[in-house]
Amino acid sequence: MSAVLQNLVNQPYKHGFVTDIESDVAAKGLNEDTIRLISTKKNEPEWLLEFRLKAFRNWLTMAEPEWANVKYPKIDFQAISYYSAPKAKPKLTSMDEVDPELLRTFEKLGVPMHERAALAGVAVDVIFDSVSVATTYKHKLAEVGVIFCSMSEAVLEHPELVKKYLGSVVPTGDNYYAALNSAVFTDGSFCFTPKGVKCPMDLSTYFRINTEQTGQFERTLIVAEEGASVSYLEGCTAPKFDTNQLHAAVVELVALANADIKYSTVQNWYAGDENGLGGIYNFVTKRGMCKGVNSRISWTQVETGSAITWKYPSCVLVGDNSVGEFYSVAVTNHHQQADTGTKMIHIGKNTRSTIVSKGISAGQSINSYRGLVKILPTAYNARNYSQCDSMLIGDQSSANTFPYIQVRNHGAKVEHEASTSKIGEDQLFYFAQRGVDAEAAVSMIINGFCKDVFRQLPMEFAVEATKLLGFKLEGSVG
Amino acid sequence: MILQDSRPLLEVRGLCATVNGTPILKGLDFTVKSGEVHAIMGPNGSGKSTFAKVLAGHTAYQVTAGQVLYEGRNLLEMAPEERARAGIFLAFQYPIEIPGVGNSQFLRLAYNTLQAERGKDELDPLEFDDLVREKMGLLEMNPEFLDRSVNEGFSGGEKKRNEILQMALLEPKLAILDETDSGLDIDALRVVSKGVNHLAGKDNGIVLVTHYQRLLNYIVPDYVHVMDGGRIVRTGGSALALELEERGYDWIEAEASAEGTLS
Repeated sequence: MSAVLQNLVNQPYKHGFVTDIESDVAAKGLNEDTIRLISTKKNEPEWLLEFRLKAFRNWLTMAEPEWANVKYPKIDFQAISYYSAPKAKPKLTSMDEVDPELLRTFEKLGVPMHERAALAGVAVDVIFDSVSVATTYKHKLAEVGVIFCSMSEAVLEHPELVKKYLGSVVPTGDNYYAALNSAVFTDGSFCFTPKGVKCPMDLSTYFRINTEQTGQFERTLIVAEEGASVSYLEGCTAPKFDTNQLHAAVVELVALANADIKYSTVQNWYAGDENGLGGIYNFVTKRGMCKGVNSRISWTQVETGSAITWKYPSCVLVGDNSVGEFYSVAVTNHHQQADTGTKMIHIGKNTRSTIVSKGISAGQSINSYRGLVKILPTAYNARNYSQCDSMLIGDQSSANTFPYIQVRNHGAKVEHEASTSKIGEDQLFYFAQRGVDAEAAVSMIINGFCKDVFRQLPMEFAVEATKLLGFKLEGSVG
Repeated sequence: MILQDSRPLLEVRGLCATVNGTPILKGLDFTVKSGEVHAIMGPNGSGKSTFAKVLAGHTAYQVTAGQVLYEGRNLLEMAPEERARAGIFLAFQYPIEIPGVGNSQFLRLAYNTLQAERGKDELDPLEFDDLVREKMGLLEMNPEFLDRSVNEGFSGGEKKRNEILQMALLEPKLAILDETDSGLDIDALRVVSKGVNHLAGKDNGIVLVTHYQRLLNYIVPDYVHVMDGGRIVRTGGSALALELEERGYDWIEAEASAEGTLS
């Protein structure tokens, strides 16, 4: 691989930042007492403790999955502390107090002003002339009856809703990591959009009060009742540096009849250094259930971080005429490993699904798409269209595609397209000969490659994601 | 046109270059003054295309000896993009396809990069669209090409026209056309020549690397050079091209050997 390409892909993770916060940490190790401790600390009702214990007992009987195309040393689950409540961190009173390096990162990524403030830990109302963005949003949401709060808050204030839907899409014994999460989850988001309501704005975690920090085992539940619609943005392009190596989140989406849920993620967790040391193991279970007729769930993800990504946002299409969508960009560099894709389970009649996956591998990374399209006998007239494209940068990375297609109804129509391409020396030379440096060239090629997915992202998110990919792959090439 | 008081644009002295350790250029001397049109001809494997790529700074070629001055600057120290920004343009023999990147987007990025370099205003997409359509009109190109990916699925002739379109937009000081005429039908040849003649002026230099005389019916060079064995073995006026067409290259090779210019 040429020097130019080496430089392009080997830039350090410039955007990491660490916040020192004192926390209330439980002793390492996992047993029923740990779970009782978590539940007590969080003042949880009895049924939730039972939910956790059931999951834990299930987990004990399960084996760690080994089918993914990733390699890592065995995790010692007894060496992890399962409860760490951050103590309130000091609120800064003005943006001037924020680390200038952090501000520069926000600037470069084009993170919106209010989001910068929230992320940097500045009280939002200080920045915006006593108009608290978060409070304003909360009021607006309350007016239309949308509930948007942390999972802990929801458990205490809306227990009937949480009890009804928690674990209804991802059962406690679904898989090894989902079971672990169900046993020890600490917090996450809860969002409920009632019947007939179109949520007036995109919901994003930084609008949520009281939850600057979410746990290592995040639990998110989003419910859209009949005819409701909501768009949820997870994370942001600013980096998340975390000392917790293992992250096992669960996200459940429930769409009732005629409901519409759009879930967008930009993941930029610490990926480890260029030698593959450190970095987050991101083992996530995300699943949406199109329960009612004509419902629709759409996943859009831009995955750039984590040492290992193991993630398959899925749709279970139960309702007739329901629609599932998955749009994904996964970028891996250095020694990163990603095994990601989706599952589309067609159960209802006339159900339709679309999969668009774009994998970009640089360095010595391994990037795999793994997807399942399953058409059950009941799914008359089901349709699926899948497109999986891989792009290689340099000659030491690898891209793999593992499509699984199971069709059990004769009337189904399933299409799968795949391609592999490469950013070559000659393409970069062509750009250079027109005066365009390698950095701008790579950015343009990558954006062209990803545009079908970026188009699905909410506007500001798309701009940030575009820049993030640039960062991830370009660096300061002279 | 040969001008009395024009300044040298490109001066090449004793240039030697290798690819993967194999010597290709072996002591090449060549000078272009502004206003001049030069044609470099020669048999296959004589080093014509290598010379064009070395001037553009392709990393696959290593310069092992010699000197290249561009407007008095040491060209060999400049990165490929710096050379382009300084006004050197290479029309590629085989323009590469860049899937996913829109042609109009690409053209505008290249155009604005050079505008910025020249201290001129960059154009927004609408302004640029007007400009590019005007240039496409000149080259009889269908505006549909703007919406397609760079060179992707273009026919050979379309790719060459796209190269000339870029040349017309970027208005280089030194344009090097590497076998732009090969594979073109007579209409395309006429159009491409029109683009080149449109660019030619007292401040530009043009180097046509070509295999055949027929391009020179449309673009009349001031000098014709014959390359063989990695160096220029003969230089003459446009009549030399006709002579080559008639007699081939063998007689030049024979003469050159006799004179001891080939080792």
